[in-house]
Amino acid sequence: MITIVDYGMGNLGSILNMFKRIGVKACVKSDLESIQSADKILLPGVGAFDAAMERIAASGLRDILEHKALIEQVPVLGICLGMQLLTRGSEEGKLLGLGWIDADTRRFPAHSGLKVPHMGWNIALPTNPSPLTINLGEEPRFYFVHSYFVTVDDPADSIMHTTHGVTFDSAVQKGNIFGAQFHPEKSHRFGMQLLKNFAEL
Amino acid sequence: MLRTRVIPVLLLRDESLVKTVRFGNFTYVGDPCNTLRIFNELEVDELLFLDITATRERRGPNLKVLSDIANECFMPLGYGGGVQTLDQAKSIFDIGFEKVAINSFAVERPEFISELAKHYGNQAVIASIDVKKGFFRKNLVRTRSGRSPTQLEPVAWAKELESRGAGEILLTSIDKEGTWDGFYLELVKSVTDAVNIPVIAHGGAGSIRDIAQVVQVSGASAVALGSMVVFQKKGMGVLVNFPDMQLLKRVLG
Repeated sequence: MITIVDYGMGNLGSILNMFKRIGVKACVKSDLESIQSADKILLPGVGAFDAAMERIAASGLRDILEHKALIEQVPVLGICLGMQLLTRGSEEGKLLGLGWIDADTRRFPAHSGLKVPHMGWNIALPTNPSPLTINLGEEPRFYFVHSYFVTVDDPADSIMHTTHGVTFDSAVQKGNIFGAQFHPEKSHRFGMQLLKNFAEL
Repeated sequence: MLRTRVIPVLLLRDESLVKTVRFGNFTYVGDPCNTLRIFNELEVDELLFLDITATRERRGPNLKVLSDIANECFMPLGYGGGVQTLDQAKSIFDIGFEKVAINSFAVERPEFISELAKHYGNQAVIASIDVKKGFFRKNLVRTRSGRSPTQLEPVAWAKELESRGAGEILLTSIDKEGTWDGFYLELVKSVTDAVNIPVIAHGGAGSIRDIAQVVQVSGASAVALGSMVVFQKKGMGVLVNFPDMQLLKRVLG
C-alpha cells in the first residue's frame, strides 16, 4: 500500500487514478497516524516552495516524515515540488527544505530565450542505474511543469537528467529516498512503469 | 529539448463531442470518454476540452463529464468553458485537470487571470483568444464562442494577459477553424513575437506540413488540432486519429 500524503498542495486524483490503472493499492492520507503507519510514501506537490514547507511544518508532518524517511527508511518518492522539497532549499523561497538529499533548487535562467516554466514533454535519460528507472525503454519521455530545477552535489545521487537550456537532475535517489521532477501520473506508459517500479521496491 | 506539443482540442456540447467550422456547422463526433480512450492509446501529448456552450448558457463547467474524462486520462488535461470563479477552477483541478482556459470572462474581468495565477500558478492558466477578421481585414478579438465582437487587438490583448499572469495563450483563428486550410501564420507570428509565454496555435491545421509551418515560421510553442484528429479527411467521416509520431518528430525536429 502506497500512502499519498495530502498536505493541501496540488491535486492527487490523477496519481490515484494511475495507481488504480496499474493495479497498485494506494490511498490519500492527511492524518498523522496514517502516515506514521505507512510503508511507502509518495510526497506530491504543486505550488510554491515556502507554502509547501509551511504546511508540512504546521501540520506536524515534518517530524513524522523525517522519522519515516531517515530512521525507518521506508521508500519515499517526491514528485515535482515534492522532489524539490527534498533538497536543502530553493531560490523560490526563504524556508529551508527537508534537506534529505544534498542538492539545491534553482530557477531557470531568464536569458537564453527559453520558455519558463519548462512545460511539456521532454526526454529524461538515466544517469546512474536505479530500481525506479528500470524497463522504461528507449528515450523515456515525461511531462514536466516547473520553473525551478534541482542539481545534486554528488553525481551519484542523480538517476535521470533532462536538458532545457541547462541540464538538470530530473530524477534523484539517495538510498530509500527518491525524487522525480516530472509528473509520472501524466506521462502515459512511462509514468505507469515508473510508478510500478516504485510500487515494487 | 522540449518537444513541440501537439494537442487535440475537443469541443464539448451537451455532453457530446462536436466539431465546428468557423465556430458554426456542428458535426457530432462522439462520446467524450470513448474518444479519449483512443487518444490514450495513441499516447497524445496533451488534451484540451472546450465546452463551447457553457458561457452562452450562463452555466459553469459540467463537473460530471470532466470527472469521467479525468478518470480515463493519463496525459495533461486542460479545460475551458464558463469558468468564472476560483471555486470552479479548484473543482476542475481537484478532478485531475492541470490547466484552465479562460476566454470571455478574461475580457469581462481581466483581474480573474491574475487571481487564478496567484492561487494556482501561471502554468495552470491558459488565456484563450479567439480572433476574427473584421472590417478593413483588421484582426479583432471576439468572445462568447465568436458571437460577441470586442475592440481588442490580439497582440495588445495577448501582452496584457501575459502581464496578468497567464502561463500560455491559446490563439484561435475563427476564420481558419475547421477549414483544413493551414494556420493563420501572420497572426500567430505577431503574437509569438510579442509575448514570452508559450503560444498554442489553433485553427486551420490540415496537414503535417501546416503543423511544421506554424512552428517553424510563426514560432508557435504548441499546435492544437481539431478536424485533423477527429475526421478521416476533409469532408469525410469521423475517425479519431493522430498524426504519426515519428513523422511529427521528423518535421518538428
